[in-house]
Amino acid sequence: MRVGVRGERWDGGEGWDDGPLSRWERVSDGVRAYRMIAAMWIRSTMAYRASFVMTTLGNFVATCLDFLAIVLMFSQIERLGGYSLPEVAFLYGLSAVAFGIADLVVGSMDRLGRRVRDGTLDTLLVRPAPVLAQVAADRFALRRLGRITQGLLVLTYALLSLDGVQWTTAKVLLMPVMVVSGGAIFCAVFVGGAAFQFVARDASEVQNAFTYGGTTLLQYPPGLFAQDLVRGVTFVLPLAFVNWLPALYVLGRPYPLDLPEWVAFLPPLVAAGCCALAGLAWRAGLRSYRSTGS
Amino acid sequence: MDLSFNESVNKAVNESVNETFNESFNESFIELDGVEKVFDVRKRTGFMRSERREVRAVDSISFRVARGEMVGYIGPNGAGKSTTIKMLTGILTPSGGRLRVAGIDPSRERTRLARRIGVVFGQRTTLWWDLPLIDSYRLMHRMYRIPDARYRENLDRCVELLELADLLDVPVRQLSLGQRMRGDIAAALLHDPEVLYLDEPTIGLDVISKARVREFLRELNAERGTTVLLTTHDLQDIEQLCSRVMVIDHGRLMYDGPLTGLREVGESERTLVVDLERELPPIEVSSARVVRVEGPRQWLAFPATESAAPLVARIAAEYPLVDLSVREPDIEAVIAKMYAEQAGKPGRAVS
Repeated sequence: MRVGVRGERWDGGEGWDDGPLSRWERVSDGVRAYRMIAAMWIRSTMAYRASFVMTTLGNFVATCLDFLAIVLMFSQIERLGGYSLPEVAFLYGLSAVAFGIADLVVGSMDRLGRRVRDGTLDTLLVRPAPVLAQVAADRFALRRLGRITQGLLVLTYALLSLDGVQWTTAKVLLMPVMVVSGGAIFCAVFVGGAAFQFVARDASEVQNAFTYGGTTLLQYPPGLFAQDLVRGVTFVLPLAFVNWLPALYVLGRPYPLDLPEWVAFLPPLVAAGCCALAGLAWRAGLRSYRSTGS
Repeated sequence: MDLSFNESVNKAVNESVNETFNESFNESFIELDGVEKVFDVRKRTGFMRSERREVRAVDSISFRVARGEMVGYIGPNGAGKSTTIKMLTGILTPSGGRLRVAGIDPSRERTRLARRIGVVFGQRTTLWWDLPLIDSYRLMHRMYRIPDARYRENLDRCVELLELADLLDVPVRQLSLGQRMRGDIAAALLHDPEVLYLDEPTIGLDVISKARVREFLRELNAERGTTVLLTTHDLQDIEQLCSRVMVIDHGRLMYDGPLTGLREVGESERTLVVDLERELPPIEVSSARVVRVEGPRQWLAFPATESAAPLVARIAAEYPLVDLSVREPDIEAVIAKMYAEQAGKPGRAVS
C-alpha cells in the first residue's frame, strides 16, 4: 500500500497530510514525478509506433548528415583552424553527446512559453509534484537517443583515429566527467532559458540560439572564433567547459585566452554552479509567474 | 524590569487570544480576509516604451466557506472569478490579505495543499490525450500516492456514477466533450479531495451530459460531504446545485447569500399572468402594474419580495378570473440589473 512520503498518515475523511516537505523530499518527489510522467510520454509515443520509428531514424540520419558536412569539408582542406579531422570529430562527439543528454532529459523546456500562454501550466501547478520536474518531463521523447547515438559514433571514430595523444589516467578519467558535466551545463542552459520564458513568453528562439547554437559552436575548434566570443562562452555563459577546455587538455593543444592548465578539471564545479544558478532563476521565474499570472 | 515583565505577559495573553481566534477560524474550511490581487499591466505605447497600469483583479474580498458547502461563484468575464480560484489553489500568490484553505496558506505550501484539493478546468483537460482513460487514472493513483484499496473504491464509484465503464480503454482523444469532462471530474476525485473547484464544468456540454454532471456533483456533496466551489456562466448549474451563491464584479464581492435572496437584492419583480374570461382594459391594482396585454391574457409585474396571494385575491374579487400563474424572475436578468446598478454607485452591497 502506498502512502504519504512520511509513511502512513491517511486518516479517513480528513485525507492525508505530510506537512511541509524538506528539500531532499522535494528532490526525490521531483525525480519520482519525472519518471512517472516520462513513462507516460513514452507510452503516448508508442501509440503511434510507425511515427516513432520514422522520427527516430530521421533524427539519426539528420544528425549524421550534419557530421557528413564536416567530413566533406575535410576532403577539400587538410586542417581546420590547425585541427585535423579526428580532432574536430573529438570536439564534435563530446559536444553532441553532452548536448544529447541534456536534450533527452530536459529538451522540451523550450515549450514552457507556450504553456504559459495557453494556460496549461496551471494544470501542472495544482498537482502535488514540483513544477520543474513536470515541465522537464513534458514531451519526453526517446527519439532523442538518436542524437546521443550519433555523437557516440563520432566520438568512437575520433578515439580510434586520433594519434599522438599521450593518454594518462587523468585524461581517461576526464572523459566521462566531461560528458556528464557538459550534459549538466546544457541542462542548466535549458532550465535558465525556460525560466526566462516566464518573463518573455515568446523567447523560445532565444533559448534555441544558446542551446542548439551552443552545441554547434562547440563542434569547431575555438581558434576559429573571435576572441570576444570565446571570452563570452568561457566567462559569461561557460559553454567552453562542456568540451573545449577539457578536450584541448586531452589533445595537448594550447588553450585560448592564455588560461592555466588546471581549468580543464573545472567542468564539474562549473556545472554545479550553473545548475545552482539555473535553479535560482527557475524559482524566480516561477515566483514571478505566480504573482503576475497569465 | 517591570516593564518587560508586563510586556511578556501581554504577549502571552495576546498569543492565547490569537490561538483561540485561529481555532474558531478552522471551523470554516476556506477563509479569505481582505484578499487582493493586483496585476501590473504593461501596455505598449511605442517601440520600446510601455505604460504601466495597476489592475485590481480581486479587490479586498472576504468570505468563509464551511465544510460541505456547495457554492456558486458567478460574475461576468474578467470579474476576478478565475483569479480567485487560482489564489485558492495556490497557482497565484495574493498581493494582500489573508487566505487559508484547510488551514494551509495555498501560495506557500502549494504541493502540500494539492493532495487535499481537486481542480477541474472546464476548458483544459488534464487527461492524457493519446492514452486510454484508465492510464490517466493510474498516473493519479501513483502521483498522489493513493492507497490501493482507496483508489479502487473511488475509481469504481466514479466509473459507476459517471458511466465511464465503456470509456476506460478508449484513448482520450476519441472521447466526446461530455465524456471527457466526466473523465476529468473523476480524475480530480480519485485522491478524495476535501474540496473540489470546478471552473465552468458544464461549458459546451449537451443537455444530457450537463444533467449527468450535475447529478453526480449533487451526490458527491451529499454523500461525501465534499465542499464544492464552482464558477459558471450557466445559471441552471447554480439553481440546481448551489445553496449559496457569490456574485463578483470588478474584483469585488457584490452578493453573498442564498439564491432566493439574490432576487430581492436585485430588486427584481415577479410576474403574475392572469387569464380573464374576456378581453378587458388593463387591470388596475395598487400593488402591481400591467406590463403586457394580449387578448384576455394580462401580465402584471409585482415586487419579488411580496407575496402573490393578496394580489390574486384582489384581482379575483374584482375581475372574472379563469386561470393564473406566477413566474419567477430570470436570474440572469437579476444579475444584469445588479451590475447596472452597481456601476452607478461605488459602494459595496454585500449582505
